[in-house]
Amino acid sequence: MKKSIVAFGRFWWDFVVGDDWLAAVGVAIAIGATAALAAGGIAAWWLLPLAVVLVLYVSLRRAIAA
Amino acid sequence: MTAGFLVLSAFLASAVEMVEALTIVLASGVARGWRSSLTGVGAAVVVLAAVVAALGPALTVIPIDALRLVVGSLLLVFGLQWLRKAILRASGHKALHDEDAIFATELADARSAARRERAGVDWYGFVLSFKGVLLEGLEVVFIVLTFGSTQGSIPLATLGAGVAVVLVAGIGVAVRAPLARVPENTMKFAVGVMLTTFGIFWATEGVGGHWPGSDASLPVVLVFVIAASAALVALLRRRAVPVAA
Repeated sequence: MKKSIVAFGRFWWDFVVGDDWLAAVGVAIAIGATAALAAGGIAAWWLLPLAVVLVLYVSLRRAIAA
Repeated sequence: MTAGFLVLSAFLASAVEMVEALTIVLASGVARGWRSSLTGVGAAVVVLAAVVAALGPALTVIPIDALRLVVGSLLLVFGLQWLRKAILRASGHKALHDEDAIFATELADARSAARRERAGVDWYGFVLSFKGVLLEGLEVVFIVLTFGSTQGSIPLATLGAGVAVVLVAGIGVAVRAPLARVPENTMKFAVGVMLTTFGIFWATEGVGGHWPGSDASLPVVLVFVIAASAALVALLRRRAVPVAA
């Protein structure tokens, strides 16, 4: 039973996050920062596009280095 | 405009996944017999339909901002996977997806496996087709449900996916060979761009951010993601060493 739950969780992790967990963490931090700006009444729309490009660049460099 | 993006995204994602599933089903059918292969396809379609029937209505009752945040975040992480692989392929750091080569490998594996029958069906052929269609189909279901629920139109997303499924299956039955001439790598790039664009757009709205011009800014985000991806391809191509397929 425990084995099945672990396998189920691992499948969904691989399915959504894939092989670069750091990219998922970067996206989560960027979304959190966007939420903080929006909550403070500051225009936040520009942050996520820029952050995503940065995360993508770092993820690509990691993939090539690996 | 957004409805057009929705249908196009669901269509492209479904088409590329269907091309991959078709290669596996063809290898299974040729090597192990069509009865086992098509039984596997049927079983996988039933499971996928059950997933849509169970999750589709459940997603529609979630408040729209929470849904956009969850869906936007998931699409962003999921879309970056597609985009990363597409950029690595386009810049020469990863081998291009080659359906002919994949078909040859699957066929050799399927021919060498031992035959075990259960209820008159070859088990290897059944499982190969079942897993192929289920795993490729789950990505389509994920995209259709997330796009459809966030835009309030699961039927529209299903339409885009359905057209792709019918089209690819129809061509597959007609030619009975892997669809190696479909521009799969380009289509995957397009899907990665669209998933990332919608992810950025909805995640920002989900946390309370407002886009200048509201929905009208979606094409601008799309152009930005395309331009950034193209720049990354150009940057990485300079340092690439050719990769064999």
